[in-house]
Amino acid sequence: MSARRPRSFYVLAFLFVLFLLFLYGPMISILVLSFQGPEGGLVFPMVGVSTHWFERLWAGGGQVEIGAALRRSFALALVVMVLTVTISVLAGLAFRRRFRGATVLLYVAIASLIVPSIVVSLGIALEFRLLDDAIKAVGAVAGIEWVQTGFVSALGPFTSGLGAHLTWTLPFGLLIMFAVFNRFDPAYEEAARDLGATPWQTFRHVTLPMIAPFLIGVAVFGFTLSWDELARSSQVMGAQNTLPMQLAAKTTTVTDPEIYALGTATTGGSVLLLLVAFTLISLMQPRRKRG
Amino acid sequence: MTDATDTNAGVRPVRASAGRRGSGRAGTALAPYLQAAPMALVFLVFFVLPLAATIVVSFWQYTQYSIEPAFTAQNYGDVFYGCLADLPRLCTTFLTYLSTLKFCLIVWVTTLTIGFTVAYFLAFHVHTLKIQVICFLLCTIPFWTSIVIRMISWIPLLGRNGLVNQTLVGMGVIDTPLEELLYSDFAVILALTHLYTLFMVVPIFNSLMRIDRSLIEAARDAGAGGPQTLLHVILPLARPGILIGSIFVVTVVMGDFLTIGIMGGQQIASVGKVIQTQMQFLQFPLAAANAVILLAAVLVGVWALLKLVDIRKEL
Repeated sequence: MSARRPRSFYVLAFLFVLFLLFLYGPMISILVLSFQGPEGGLVFPMVGVSTHWFERLWAGGGQVEIGAALRRSFALALVVMVLTVTISVLAGLAFRRRFRGATVLLYVAIASLIVPSIVVSLGIALEFRLLDDAIKAVGAVAGIEWVQTGFVSALGPFTSGLGAHLTWTLPFGLLIMFAVFNRFDPAYEEAARDLGATPWQTFRHVTLPMIAPFLIGVAVFGFTLSWDELARSSQVMGAQNTLPMQLAAKTTTVTDPEIYALGTATTGGSVLLLLVAFTLISLMQPRRKRG
Repeated sequence: MTDATDTNAGVRPVRASAGRRGSGRAGTALAPYLQAAPMALVFLVFFVLPLAATIVVSFWQYTQYSIEPAFTAQNYGDVFYGCLADLPRLCTTFLTYLSTLKFCLIVWVTTLTIGFTVAYFLAFHVHTLKIQVICFLLCTIPFWTSIVIRMISWIPLLGRNGLVNQTLVGMGVIDTPLEELLYSDFAVILALTHLYTLFMVVPIFNSLMRIDRSLIEAARDAGAGGPQTLLHVILPLARPGILIGSIFVVTVVMGDFLTIGIMGGQQIASVGKVIQTQMQFLQFPLAAANAVILLAAVLVGVWALLKLVDIRKEL
């Protein structure tokens, strides 16, 4: 390449730096402000430097009460992650061959990304309310005591909530699997078959190790998409809250930097997760080459 | 030569093996169906049936306490109540859609402009793969943080006593802090652009990277200047990426109620917010009717985008 760069390079490079500043500026400001002193407020200037707000957050009892919502969100994200990886890989394998309904399934998956989240959320909520009515009717007719006295609603984080999150994570998972299998050389599997491997052995010892690094990518996607999900969660969690919902509800009422401390903590968690994922992927690469 | 002579001899074993594989497949012919079944089931139960339920319930009646199966267009009538009668004056529903459409259009323009510029820089001006990857990662990292956090992170900057106001007052540009920086149309547009520009950058970058560089050289050799090359060579070839990014941004903004809610200080109307409020008041059939109309509007929007770009191609 020529040593001299055109003037447009410097203009565009400047714009790119501005864009990065636009992306990171606000986040850096809350990162800094989360270490605000005990007397400090929501805006600059800093009144001393402390970890006061992190301690408040950790101890609980401040303006932001997150314990239960945090545990619930974490558990839900883990379940969503496992299901997303499993279901996406299976579907990815299915799409490598022809089957009836393949096109329909693909279009439904893409539609699931495009249909506004509030519509999906409302739909699932309505469906489950109709289901509730049906369960109660059956309970009354059949005289099932548990339904008549104890049943409130089938809506909940691990029923309707889980489903709502999957409609969001699975399309991404499927698209990643397409990208993976498009670049996948089937010669390795053929070789395994020729050597007498059963389909399961071929998958377990040839296909799976080769696609494993990408599965970590799908897992990270599944976890974080669920962990941060808010729009589709809004109507379907029943009486319970997830962490982002709790956070969104607090935005108008919280008046001290504790919410920034929470922001810094969750962002730190996400970055940590990414680092772990990248480390795992890079650890897998040499193993793959050796095998 | 050998191929030709071997053809006859080779046919039978190949057929035999094909036959064996065929019978092997007869046993596993079900395999793709079983593998696709979990995903199909999830989408059926949590996407297709809910949409069907929404459409059905939108024709039901409701009282204060319950929803009743019926077939009535009353809910749709309620949504558009007074819309035709007062026509010179716009009814609430039209105003709400107009406001949402306005955000759509502005955010589409801002994300497309910024997204294309960034993608163009990364694709054509950054030459080493390593730096490209690093720049790209820098753009994607904020995507992994909660959108609520990314929204509230504007408070210290735009708030009444925020950094922007402090600076402007300190410099003597204004006497009293600007109130309308936060909780305003401006804040909503800023936050939406902040949240969703990445969804433009990724697909446009992908399209730009696939452009054969010799085409650009050819355009230069044929005497095209920079702007001409951009307009007549690069832009048309970046079409798929622009289209994918646009569909994503437009549909997200059309259904948005969180960003408009939080950044608008719960004062700005949006279609999504109307649906959410009606759900809170248990007016399910009314909310369902609104959802069906929103869905139709989004589909029209996607269709219009596809048309818009098609027309460009034909010009």
